[in-house]
Amino acid sequence: MADQPDTSARKMIEVEGLERRFPNPADKGETQVFGEVSFTVAEGEFVCLIGHSGCGKTTLLNILAGLDAPTSGHVIVDGKEISGTSLDRAVVFQGHALMPWMSAMTNIAFAVESRWPNWSSAKIREHCQQYIDMVHLTGSEDKKPAQLSGGMKQRVGIARAFSIEPKILLMDEPFSALDALTRGSLQDELVTICKATNQTSFMITHDIDEAILLADRIVLMTNGPEARVCEIVENTLPKGRTRSDMHKHENYYPMRNHLIEFLVNRSKNFAEEISAADFDPRNPPVARPAAETHSSGSPNSTSNNAAATQEKKAS
Amino acid sequence: MTTDNNFGLKAGLLSLVILVFFLFSWHALVVAQQGPAAEGLDPEYAALLGKQATEGDSALPKPHEVGAELWRHISDPFYDAGPNDKGIGIQLAYSLFRVLTGFGLAALVAVPLGFLIGMSPIMHKALNPFIQLFKPVSPLAWMPLALYTIKDSSLSAIFVIFICSIWPMLINTAFGVSNVRKEWLNVAKTLEVKPLRTAFRVILPAAAPTILTGMRISIGIAWLVIVAAEMLVGGTGIGYFVWNEWNNLSITGVVSAIVFIGLVGMCLDMALARAAKLVAYAE
Repeated sequence: MADQPDTSARKMIEVEGLERRFPNPADKGETQVFGEVSFTVAEGEFVCLIGHSGCGKTTLLNILAGLDAPTSGHVIVDGKEISGTSLDRAVVFQGHALMPWMSAMTNIAFAVESRWPNWSSAKIREHCQQYIDMVHLTGSEDKKPAQLSGGMKQRVGIARAFSIEPKILLMDEPFSALDALTRGSLQDELVTICKATNQTSFMITHDIDEAILLADRIVLMTNGPEARVCEIVENTLPKGRTRSDMHKHENYYPMRNHLIEFLVNRSKNFAEEISAADFDPRNPPVARPAAETHSSGSPNSTSNNAAATQEKKAS
Repeated sequence: MTTDNNFGLKAGLLSLVILVFFLFSWHALVVAQQGPAAEGLDPEYAALLGKQATEGDSALPKPHEVGAELWRHISDPFYDAGPNDKGIGIQLAYSLFRVLTGFGLAALVAVPLGFLIGMSPIMHKALNPFIQLFKPVSPLAWMPLALYTIKDSSLSAIFVIFICSIWPMLINTAFGVSNVRKEWLNVAKTLEVKPLRTAFRVILPAAAPTILTGMRISIGIAWLVIVAAEMLVGGTGIGYFVWNEWNNLSITGVVSAIVFIGLVGMCLDMALARAAKLVAYAE
């Protein structure tokens, strides 16, 4: 059976009742992009957020990074409420956001210098080389971003984020601008790196397979405006899964179907779900989609899947 | 590749054809304008009147006459035979000195001020009325004020260059700085980079191509203006040289001065284009 979540690990990120409203010029009022968003990320955990465009995913990430402030609610990182940006929370942006006049090495060195301003340039160079080797870009250090492919540029972005050894890694759909093949190989590399460094990570994606591969838990957000966290899905696939064999596991299709069902149907029709008296948006239900142990039908059918999903309140 | 070579060769040949055609038409026009020679004139009076009255030559020189004049100037550019008679090299040097000094001072003021305006929306709004008011004023309109206060003709010329080259650099710098991609600024923010370091490591390199374009425009304007300013102020410089040749009714001298002005202006522009290439980056 899939691993139980480690509740003894300390909470790295605690999001409580986060809300973001923007002024609406059309009717002089305000639009609430999302509200009552609450979830936690434990140390060493990899959490993905899935939702449609417009539900405020990037806004949420910007708030976690400190680039934006919430209208109400708190973000507590490692026991302290955040205010503004921090080197403890590294960001991998959707567009690689590399400085085009700096080489790959200089881009990473810029980050390393910011973190450790007293290091000698030799030490900085050595440190950057480590991370360039880690993302398999050895030999391309002195190239400018214009001379690198999309995948290589994103690798530099990832190396830059890891090079400052942050407490938390925040990623905003880092692979969505890449082709499927490059995306696949970068996902594999990310899995390896995160496992080796036990990095606490929070990633936004709309790629279901990516979430199933990378995440320990998946936060599901409904459509905006007034988006809510509707459910948190625990990944029932075993740790150590790889892209090439995870689809063979019996829990793969229940997981996948559950997420697709959410994206296609439930994200839109959320209002009906919350009319259920015991829905608390600050304590969203936890789902663990898994294959039925005594099922005679295929694990692919949605009715089977609904029966297999065990719902329990988060403690 | 052969296609590139062909293209360059074809364009070069076409330029040559246009030049030959132009020189030929010039020569033909000048010969057509030839009138009858005057007779029985006092030799001193004839010398004062010039070749047009005495020999019936056209007012305009023929191409080969200008060529000969150009050669005369180039072969001895740095002679100094008194305040009204200096070599073309010396005159150009004076003009270049004034242009580069005025331009340099303008850059020292325009780039930091442009930074301030680009980064602070309130400063932009506050300073904008002054910029819009003074920008369209012809630099030569500043000349009387400069002469009255500065009292030195050479320094006044430098001031006029300063006041005309400051605007393109100021506006371009402000534009370049305010249009730095938000992404890059966000990267600096997430890395807790201090404002000064962000200004030098992120904003300046990002805005550099735009700033250098402003400089390129400014130097072009400055070179235009110095010729006019020196015509007004006199003394030394290529503008003064042009006016002096005009006063001597030496149209040949005037035309050859035009060629030199064009050549030096071209070199200034090329130098800044080279600098712009150094700071350019592909996005």
